[in-house]
Amino acid sequence: MLHRFANPTRFLRIASIAQPWIAWATILLAGTGLYLGLFNSPADYQQGESVRIMYVHVPAAWMAMFCYTSMAIAAGIGLIWKHPLADIAAKATAPVGACFTFLALFTGSLWGKPMWGTWWVWDARLTSMLVLLFLYLGYIALINAFDDPARGTKSSSILVLVGLINVPIIKFSVDWWNTLHQPASVLRMDGPSIDESMLWPLLLMALAFKTYYIWVLLVRIRAEIISNKIRILRLRQVHG
Amino acid sequence: MNIFSAENLFCVRGGRTVFTGLGFTLKAGEALVLVGPNGSGKSSLLRLMAGLLKPASGILRWGAEEISEDPEGHGGRLHYVGHHDAIKPVLSVSENVSFWASLMNGGSGNGETTLGALNTLGIGHLEKVPGRFLSAGQKRRVNLARILSTPAPLWLLDEPTTALDRESITSLETAIIHHRAGGGMVVISTHSDMQLANHQVIDLAGFAETCPMLEHSL
Amino acid sequence: MNGFMTVLKRDLHLAIRQGIDSMTVVMFFVLIVIIFPFGVGPEPNILARVASGVIWVAALLASTLSLERLFQIDYEDGSLELLSLSSVALEVIVLAKVTAHWLTTGLPLIITAPLLAVLLNMNKEGLLVLILALVVGTPSLSLVGAVGAALILGARRGGVLLALIILPLYLPVLIFGVSAVDAIINGFEAKAQLLILGAFFLAALPLCTWAAATSIKQAIE
Repeated sequence: MLHRFANPTRFLRIASIAQPWIAWATILLAGTGLYLGLFNSPADYQQGESVRIMYVHVPAAWMAMFCYTSMAIAAGIGLIWKHPLADIAAKATAPVGACFTFLALFTGSLWGKPMWGTWWVWDARLTSMLVLLFLYLGYIALINAFDDPARGTKSSSILVLVGLINVPIIKFSVDWWNTLHQPASVLRMDGPSIDESMLWPLLLMALAFKTYYIWVLLVRIRAEIISNKIRILRLRQVHG
Repeated sequence: MNIFSAENLFCVRGGRTVFTGLGFTLKAGEALVLVGPNGSGKSSLLRLMAGLLKPASGILRWGAEEISEDPEGHGGRLHYVGHHDAIKPVLSVSENVSFWASLMNGGSGNGETTLGALNTLGIGHLEKVPGRFLSAGQKRRVNLARILSTPAPLWLLDEPTTALDRESITSLETAIIHHRAGGGMVVISTHSDMQLANHQVIDLAGFAETCPMLEHSL
Repeated sequence: MNGFMTVLKRDLHLAIRQGIDSMTVVMFFVLIVIIFPFGVGPEPNILARVASGVIWVAALLASTLSLERLFQIDYEDGSLELLSLSSVALEVIVLAKVTAHWLTTGLPLIITAPLLAVLLNMNKEGLLVLILALVVGTPSLSLVGAVGAALILGARRGGVLLALIILPLYLPVLIFGVSAVDAIINGFEAKAQLLILGAFFLAALPLCTWAAATSIKQAIE
């Protein structure tokens, strides 16, 4: 009983040690990745220099999905085992995931301009990403809509689990819809044909995004724990 | 014989410890009165007993069985009167009462018992009146008629005398005497003085958190 | 089963006594469809082209609007606590309330849809499939919406919040509902789309019932 309440304290201790290391790892990885990607890799023979948007776009899109899944796992742990840290982690992940999703959409749109000649195309991936963004926004709106934060946490945890089950269905529907209305997507990054000189910076950037996520997550969880403590102090003032 | 008991209940609401180490044993025919200042957890304890709320730790038992094992079964043997009266404004008084009765009995609401319950509380003449015309005290009496219209061994009454006049309180006291005489149990939180014969009392102020638990209550 | 019928009867009873509420939803539905030609112009070809989409989107919005109050009133007047305390499983109660909701809002929408389809110049084959798709699809809307309605219990600014969290989840129903009609209008079969809508409903039935009941339990804690 009490050990689970004590856990956040232990977490705070470990987090304060780990945080600078993760911050440095992020800076190093992102620095190397960006240097390789922007200066030390070839331009694409079809897409030209604009292919370099990929080094931000693709990792951001990966992170968008990764964050949603992590959020759902954390929410599930919070619901089943009532672990307060898991609830906080889910809550702290949401805005980060939403930002990654937005970044993926934004860079996708920038990429689309030279590729398709227009800022936005209802491409299956971009559209799924757009729906994902609204799943994030709905979660964030719901978790903040209650006067009692515990209620918000539980409600939004159920929402994110329902959402997770829905994500593949939405993806499938959007793909179906897209093939009916559009020719196949132009934006193809998959396939093993990617050159090694492009693969390295891409992987480095993907790692950098991941460590960046952990870094921000640690900061946000610490902030959340502290604000919870302030709330409890306030409650104590009221109830004596 | 029925026994409703609890041990070592620990209740946390909104990050605040409401009470700890609380226990009780209630046998058939007994009454328990909850007293304590505002915010001491009288309502929370009643909601724990009803199963609406889960304790952070501790166990509630009906006989030997834990109530968390069979929440529907537990719900079926108790009547709970909370802060709201659950009166539908567009339904008549007797429709309001007989809906809950038929839900309790699995579909067989009985007109006579409904009217009998209404008469006990002195609102038989309001039988056909829609809920929206009722005063607060009348609504409370309809709500109490709901628990009289179907038998259940355990009554959990949270401030049942709110908005009631002296006469209605007396009818309620009589109803409780009948209920206990039939082997029923009753738990009441109350501010006003109700006349109950030989009852136990729990003062929730005695179970409040004593030591600071800031680290733990996150 | 008895518990299911008791709650269903009571909710239908309440809806009939408060008749105006479900009428409002239908009027809202009709109004959304009617204002569309003012936005896109009255050309019959354009209207026929967008008809199924417009009717489905209107159905989605009308369903969102009506769902806000699915559990809200029972929550506020204390009925939801008592319902959850009855010996009937909360899942059964949720299912009864969702059924009542569909009968009082989904069904009237389906009945008005042919009229709107005529106004939007949809042909007869399309109309038939539209109704079929609505019959299979709208129960899913009520089910998914019930989860949203349970999640927002006790929240500030419920209505807009409900729309924000459930409209993205409605997307599959919208896509396949519209696609079924489009397929038949363009001379293809609509069977696949209708089957997928049916599958979605069958999946939503247990999952949404459970999720809504779980949300209600934590809401009345």
